[in-house]
Amino acid sequence: MTRIQGSGWVGLLLVLMWLLVALFGPMLAHYEVGAIVAPDVFERMGGAHFLGSDYLGRDVLSRLMNGARFTVGLSFGAALLASASGASLALFSAISGRWIDETVSRLMDALISIPGKILALVIVAAFGSSMLLLLLIAAISYMPGAFRIARSLAVNLNQMDYVQVARARGEGRVHIAIFEILPNMIHPLLADFGLRFVFVVLLLSGLSFLGLGVQPPDADLGSLVRENISGLSEAAPAIIAPAMAIATLTIGVNLLIDSLASGGRSVTDEAQR
Amino acid sequence: MLMILVAKRILIAAFTLLLVSFVIFAITSLLPGDAAQELLGQSATPEIVAELREQLGLNQPAHIRYLNWLGGLLTGDPGTSMVSNMPVKDIIGERLPKSLILAGLTAAVSVPLALLIGILSAMYRDSRLDRALNVVTLSMIAVPEFLVATIAVIVFAVQLRWLPSITIVSPDASFGELARAYALPVMTLCFVVVAQMARMTRAAVINQLDSSYVEMAILKGARPTRIALQHALPNAIGPIVNAIALSLSYLLGGAIIVETIFNYPGVASLMVNAVTSRDMPLLQACAMIFSGAYLLMVLIADIVAIISNPKLRHQ
Repeated sequence: MTRIQGSGWVGLLLVLMWLLVALFGPMLAHYEVGAIVAPDVFERMGGAHFLGSDYLGRDVLSRLMNGARFTVGLSFGAALLASASGASLALFSAISGRWIDETVSRLMDALISIPGKILALVIVAAFGSSMLLLLLIAAISYMPGAFRIARSLAVNLNQMDYVQVARARGEGRVHIAIFEILPNMIHPLLADFGLRFVFVVLLLSGLSFLGLGVQPPDADLGSLVRENISGLSEAAPAIIAPAMAIATLTIGVNLLIDSLASGGRSVTDEAQR
Repeated sequence: MLMILVAKRILIAAFTLLLVSFVIFAITSLLPGDAAQELLGQSATPEIVAELREQLGLNQPAHIRYLNWLGGLLTGDPGTSMVSNMPVKDIIGERLPKSLILAGLTAAVSVPLALLIGILSAMYRDSRLDRALNVVTLSMIAVPEFLVATIAVIVFAVQLRWLPSITIVSPDASFGELARAYALPVMTLCFVVVAQMARMTRAAVINQLDSSYVEMAILKGARPTRIALQHALPNAIGPIVNAIALSLSYLLGGAIIVETIFNYPGVASLMVNAVTSRDMPLLQACAMIFSGAYLLMVLIADIVAIISNPKLRHQ
């Protein structure tokens, strides 16, 4: 394992904090999510409401803690789905014959040529946006990237001596894929998973910000920014706080991965869209 | 050989664009509902729905509709908007130049800035400056565009009152007015692109600085500035242009948020409107424009990489 250093600790701290908020936030929140509790809209920070009140006079901190659960949960699920399906498809493609490999790779190239946000918009227009659909959209948008990286890893590993030995030993293709190739891909794939997570957070909160993501009465961090946009002219904490929340989450993950990946920047800069 | 490689790239790009058109058409035509019913609402009589369906060509099988649509795209006629009933071509024709102006301005600002940051941090690799820039650019990449936009609006439009928070461009605006109008959206777009481009530039220059001819130059006693500018930079130009083209393709995603926030009448905000009103012909055309622009950027990056690499040239 590589040593975490400097900015990596900041990243780890931020990631842990948001994990805790996503897990226990709703329990810690002082007020009901939908309850109107403040006498005034767009209250300042401090006082009875730590982060002020929103455009209806609801408690911003409580809504933030609930919104974080949607953002982190949905993004985690989607990133996991994208990475897992991308890696499985890559393994399948790498051990299959040339034709299957070519076909799958070309199809993935086409999918990767539709910028993530554009693909998401097209799917939302066609099918609307429910939680499950949002999760699938994000997973589909970022699966080709995961496939590309996993495939290049798998193709390289496939040439390794110990894989040749296993093949000579008469092991089946599936056995080789799962027991010889996969274990050696895990480490870079984990770093890639972190990146996918960041992309998905940005994509989903972007969609919610446009009003096309998580629909009311539920609200993720992006929806919180959108619904309080009228507070922009008075610089209300109700709009700054959720936006900062997203930024600290994604910056935290980025810093953590950057310090974990010993190869450094190459991983982080790969396939950003 | 070079021409063959370049031609091959162009062919692959064209084929990919064809696949993309297929994917976009498939998603938008797999609608659970019926576009004609959707347009007319629940109260429409079956006769009227049938008539509109005929008019929209929805009675034809999917592959015929796809070929018609594709033919229309190729001949410059992507259909008629379902909502405004105007030709999609006209609507986009009016919006596209505005988006291109925004993209051009962003490129004009971000490219020099990113080159400066990238080359500086490559020259002083692993110094404090480089490490600080690494953390800064890494964080900039991870920041959502709407945070940059909201903070920029709060600081420059609300607190300081220097700049307008909505981009309204009248045809007879003076240069000063134009600059003020474009300042915030361009600033927001540059934020993410600059970080991305600077990191890729740094990687490209460092790649050259690690080579043996640079070691030779160091051994003969050349000064660091001279090594970076005279020896490494000319060889790094190919990879840097590659990096610029790739980074500019990230503009596309950013434009969607930025045009919406600043109410800018470009193609990206048009596309968001098309999603909200479920105007499929308009949406398909916008999606094709964005995917085409993205593919074009990647294609340029690929071709520059081929041309600038002597090894690929003489293979």
